[in-house]
Amino acid sequence: MKKCRRCSKPATLHITEIHDGHAVAVHLCETCAHEYLENEGGEEVSNPAAELAAKLEALVSDDDEESQTCCSNCGISFSEFRAQGRLGCPNCYVDFRQDLMPLLENIHEEAIHQGKRPLRSPGQTEDQARLIHLRTEQRDAIGREDYEAAAELRDAIANIEATLLRSSGPGNTDD
Amino acid sequence: MNCAGHGAKSEREIKTPMSDGDNNSLCLEELARTGGRWLCAEGPESDIVVSTRIRLARNLVGYPFMSCADDEIRQQLVDSLRKMITSTELGRNFQFIDVAALDEVDAQLLVERQLISRELSQSEGPRGVVIGNGERVSIMLNEEDHVRMQLLDSGFSLQQCWEQVNALDDALEDHASFAFDESLGYLTACPTNVGTGIRISVMLHLPGLRITGEIQKVHQAAQKINLAVRGLYGEGSQAMGDFYQISNQVTLGCSEQGLLDNLAEVVPNILGYERRVRDLLCRDNRANLDDQISRAMGILTSARTISSTETMRLLSLVRLGINLGMISDLSIATANELFLHTQPAHLQKLCGGPLKTPERNEARATHIREKLQAS
Repeated sequence: MKKCRRCSKPATLHITEIHDGHAVAVHLCETCAHEYLENEGGEEVSNPAAELAAKLEALVSDDDEESQTCCSNCGISFSEFRAQGRLGCPNCYVDFRQDLMPLLENIHEEAIHQGKRPLRSPGQTEDQARLIHLRTEQRDAIGREDYEAAAELRDAIANIEATLLRSSGPGNTDD
Repeated sequence: MNCAGHGAKSEREIKTPMSDGDNNSLCLEELARTGGRWLCAEGPESDIVVSTRIRLARNLVGYPFMSCADDEIRQQLVDSLRKMITSTELGRNFQFIDVAALDEVDAQLLVERQLISRELSQSEGPRGVVIGNGERVSIMLNEEDHVRMQLLDSGFSLQQCWEQVNALDDALEDHASFAFDESLGYLTACPTNVGTGIRISVMLHLPGLRITGEIQKVHQAAQKINLAVRGLYGEGSQAMGDFYQISNQVTLGCSEQGLLDNLAEVVPNILGYERRVRDLLCRDNRANLDDQISRAMGILTSARTISSTETMRLLSLVRLGINLGMISDLSIATANELFLHTQPAHLQKLCGGPLKTPERNEARATHIREKLQAS
């Protein structure tokens, strides 16, 4: 758990400030967050208090708009994720990214991966989600006994899988 | 009651072994009689460090996470992962256990041996575990993530464990793609594991710090540096027998080596702390400590019925007594094995059938007496 940047209490509110186009995470306990919001002329305040309050509201409210966002692949909503603590599929990381980032910054040291990379790239996260889509469609096609469509979907899945396995470049070629 | 003679009568092969009909088929009764290589107390610092465990969480590309996977998908995952693992050079002799087909005692046996988690034993739907290399490797299929591979070793051996589990991960990646994002790393069902997907756990026996109440300081210090202190069976479990697992909480934003280095720095400090406390206890309170240890040994060698909790508490003192030279006719490995064999599922396996709590307590006392008399 992150500590409040002003005192040693656990941080419960997480604010992302934008400085010259760069996002900076600010972690505060509830008491310091109130002071932070009231202190419009303070060194850490770069946005009007009302704007920050709105951001906080968006972060802590249970029935905000973001909570209703659903994953375009598996269909679970962000509030469902918050209730069960488990995401539905890899694509949730794409569709919920904005909401997940404060959480990831809270749990981990930084929200940028520094560790091992796969020997070959598994493709874009969005492309990985497409495979799940195709599998679901294939199952539906089999269910309604549309074997022609099922066979086409099977071939499409096999093609993507073969491409993934053939990719020989290391995953960090973009670095 | 004598446990020793009953096991062989009910020997049963684990369902669906990897290579049907070969000689590798594991037998749970056989497994229950052994201590597991990671309990042999041969690794570095094994007077205090029982084991080092590293697990990696991975998910196959193209499949939903478990919360959105129905039984059909779960079965596909088990089938393809099992096939994939056996295709690797490393996994050729590994053995598959269909956890969904196990009864409660058999599943609990695997939990007690740290081969599967409580979650996997209690969840529903197609799921399994692949075990290899003298129980040092276990790969859970369809736990919270599709793949949870772990390397478990005796003593304090972070680097060796990492190299082996990393090699296993590389071998699996030759046959499949794992869900990965350029900035977030390996994608996991729970964001607490995303990034490296690594959990490094070092199991410590810290009776000195518990007796003196200093263990709270370890808890507080660990929390400040993002390390978790848990009980014997991980999340939510109590520190039975004065066993504590120290593990990393952060998985994103730091490399595997960075996380290993962090534990490599912290654990020796805790070991030093425990040893200093033991020295102080011996210097200032030796008679009292000797008395506690001797009484523990006395109860264990003569009790006719004993609970699991009392056993753990007394065995912890006995293990401490061996390390301090106050007990000379018992090895650490035997004490470690007793910790395992007196757990409910192991006891029932050793006795050849299900036992209710009073019968278990009686069987436990008998088993301990026989084992201590034989030493």
